[in-house]
This record gives sequence, structure tokens and C-alpha cells, in this order.
Amino acid sequence: MRLAAQLVSWLALVGTVLLAALFFADRLTLSQMQNWLLGATVVWFVSAPLWMGRR
Amino acid sequence: MAEQEHHEAVDEYEREPVPPTAQLGLKSYVGQFAGEHVAGTELMIGPLFLAAGVSAFDLLVGLLVGNLLAVMSWTLFTAPIATRVRLTLYFQLEKICGRKLVTLYNAANGVMFTFLAGAMITVSATALGVWFQFPMPGLGDLLPKSVGWVVAVLVTGVLFTLVAAYGYKSVARFANLAAPWMVLVFVAFGIVGLRQLGLTSLGDFWNVAQTVIWKGGAPMAGQVKFTFWHVMFFAWFCNMAWHIGMADLSLFRYARHAWYGVASAAGMFVGHYMAWVAASILYAVQLHQDPTNTAVLPGPLAYRACGLAGLLCVIAAGWTTANPTLYRAGLAFQSLVPSSSRFRVTLITGLVATVTAVFPLVTMKLLDFVALWGMILMPMGPVIFVDFWLFGRWGLRRNYAEATGCGINWAAGLTWFLTMGACSWLVLKGGVQIYFVSLPGWFVAALLYVGLSKLLQRRAPAEVAT
Repeated sequence: MRLAAQLVSWLALVGTVLLAALFFADRLTLSQMQNWLLGATVVWFVSAPLWMGRR
Repeated sequence: MAEQEHHEAVDEYEREPVPPTAQLGLKSYVGQFAGEHVAGTELMIGPLFLAAGVSAFDLLVGLLVGNLLAVMSWTLFTAPIATRVRLTLYFQLEKICGRKLVTLYNAANGVMFTFLAGAMITVSATALGVWFQFPMPGLGDLLPKSVGWVVAVLVTGVLFTLVAAYGYKSVARFANLAAPWMVLVFVAFGIVGLRQLGLTSLGDFWNVAQTVIWKGGAPMAGQVKFTFWHVMFFAWFCNMAWHIGMADLSLFRYARHAWYGVASAAGMFVGHYMAWVAASILYAVQLHQDPTNTAVLPGPLAYRACGLAGLLCVIAAGWTTANPTLYRAGLAFQSLVPSSSRFRVTLITGLVATVTAVFPLVTMKLLDFVALWGMILMPMGPVIFVDFWLFGRWGLRRNYAEATGCGINWAAGLTWFLTMGACSWLVLKGGVQIYFVSLPGWFVAALLYVGLSKLLQRRAPAEVAT
């Protein structure tokens, strides 16, 4: 469970930068990028508390 | 909430050296610096550089050199003393300067922290402006422009204050959670902003940087023209109170080795390089799209690039940094009246910060405010430095107040006041800009403290017998 949550969290973080890079490369429009970025944000804040700061 | 619940390790060993068992590794410092220096105010500082007419070379190289100097200051000035004495700044100052002078220092610190918290509340309130569409202050505004703005700041400030007073720990946990995400949203700000400015290939970066983003030239109305030296000194001295001013003795007393000062590079190059550059790019996008819109408002800037996630970043950056700032201000003021309730002091401090946040004066003049803060608190740094490294060798008594039991060491007190006076004179009458004055100020303070201590200790030799 912890490992899965960590994996999801890290993917959300990578996604945050990757989405910006895809907009830079004209693979996403600005609004698409912004919507996905909000999604990545939600995923990070839902998944990270499941493992961050917990033993 | 009981006051001991508020602070973590930093509040322990307040009047004794940190023991080896409590010492921390490098990783703790890297994390702490990286988290603390991506604050809401970074979103103001980056754009203000641009408003100051900075050129690409001056900004990018000035920040590089200035941040390196800041890292060296932590590593060579602060950490070596911290890891040798392992005491808090306040206890170290009390030994040298006496309790009364430390109280005054705390009051000055508390006032500056209150204004800084106010600036962070202002930054977060700009995010509400995007939602509610009320008129917000422009670059040159010193007064609020609309009732909506006043209400937004008051609501934001009161919420921040209540949370800082009631739930410091939960926000501190949220800050740890938000830190990695915020850093990457700042990276996204930069990448998206560059594309919005027309950059399509990294090979064109320098050309776009020079001709579209940081074009140099005259500053905007009411702003000081920034050159390489302004940027370098600003980056070096914006945390002057912490490194050369020695406030981070309290932080580094837990470090296993003095070289852990290099961990400050994580804060400087993530927060004070990448974040400032990214925020500056966002402002360049705004000016590119509408040259008449010179308002420096982090909410709209972030929203334009990253939508709702950008707005959340602005709120989180302001909130997570206003929280410890309000808490520190409350701590400083509480030390003036130790019997007062920490909760009540934090509440009052937060409300005062909220009132200051309504007026955009500090926020729009943040570069000057930060430089002023360094200038006011800096003189205690050379006092500690000289006292620790030179006094023993020169036959002068170290930790004079502790040795004599006096409430105020007038050599240190006069050093502080005279240095502030000399620096103020240089700024007001001598034509030296506030960004530069703290460098000569350091030497003035060091010389004054040595000279005044020689006089004081010669006049009262019986008192200073070791």
C-alpha cells in the first residue's frame, strides 16, 4: 500500500513538470495542460499523506 | 495549544549546548532550506527585478554569484560558530550583550517578521482576486484600491492568524507535504512562461532572454534601476539577518559538521534562483501580452500560466510561509513579556500583520524592505563574529555580559545603534543605495565593537577579570 502510494505520488510530481514540457513541445494546449496539472495536484495531495511523514 | 507543542527541535536546548545525540545530518538541512526558501514572497521578488529594468546577464549571473556568496556566508560565517558553541542565537547574544539588549533585538526582529507575514498574506490574497475579480493594487500603489481587496486581505489574514495560533503543527505538516509540489509548480511556471513568450527551442533561450524577457533599459516608474551589482548584493544580503547576522546559529547548532552550511545551496538555488527566475518570466508574459499592465500580482500571474493549480500554489506558498513567520514574530514579542500567552501574542501579531497587508506598501517595496531588514539586524553578526574569533586573541573578555552580569553590554548596544545610524546616514545623505550599505556596515560594526569594548573593558577592569 505504502509503496503504491509512493509510486502514485512520484508519478504526480513527475507529471507536474512533464505536463509543462508537453505544453512547451506543443503536444498539449494551455487549457489541457492546466486541467491535467490540477489533476496531478489532486493526486499528489491525496496520495502523499498516505506515506509522507509516516513510518 | 501549549507553547511547547508549537516548535519542534529548534526550541529544545534553549539554554545549553546541543548534545551529540541530538545532532542532525546533512539531509535534514537540505530539506529544510529547500522547503523554507520557496515562499510566497518569491512570486513578488522575481517580477520586481523585471520592473527594476534588469538585463538577462545581470539577473542570471548576478543571482548565481550572489547566491554563491550567501551559501559561503552560511558555511564560513554562521555554521563554524554554531557547531562550536551549539547555542541558540538568543542565548549566545544574551551572553555577549545582556538580556536587555537581546530583548530589544527580539522586538526589532518581531516587527520585521510581522511585516514579512503581512507581505505573505498580501501574496495569497491576490489569488482571491482572480476568483472574485475585484480591483487589486498596482505596482506604484501604497493604498488599497477597492473594498473587495480589503475584505479579501482581512479574511485571508484572519484565517492565517487563527491557524497559526491554533494549529501551527498541522500547517507545518501541510507545508512539508506541499513543498516538493510547490517547487515543481514553480518549475512549471518557468517552462510554461517561456513557451508563452514564444520560445520553441532551448537553443533560442539566450536570445529570448535578452530581447523579450529581461531587456534591461529604464526601470518602471517609482522603481530603482537594477544592475548586476544590485542583483548580486540583493541575492547575497536578502537573508543577511540569518547568515552574516547569525540568526541561523539556532539552526546550525544541530549540525554535525560546519560544512553542512553548503546545504543552504538547496534553498538558494531552488528558491532564490529558479523560483525568482520563474516568477520573473511570468511577469514578462504579462508585459508581453499587455505592456500597460504593470501590476505585480502573483495570483493572476500564476493563473495565466498554470490555471487553478497555479492559484493553489500561490495560496499554499503564502500560507505555509506566513504560518512560521507569524509564529516567529509571536515568539519574538512573547520574549518581551514572558508571562503572556503565546496564543494571544500570535493572535495579536497576526491581526497587526493583516492590517499591514491591506496596504501594499511593504509588498510593492519588498526589495527595499528585505534590504532594510538585513541592515537593521546585521550589526549583531559582526559582534558575535568578533567576540568569538578575535576577542580571546586580543586579550579582550568574551561573553562580556555573562562575565560581568550586566543587563546591557554598552559596547554591543552602541555598536548596533551607531552602525544603524551610520548606514542610515549613508543611505539618506551619502548616496549609497540600501542594497549595498550592509557591506561597509559590517566592517563599521566590527571596528566599533572592538574599539568600544577596549574602552569599556579598560574602564572597568575589575569587572572583567576572568
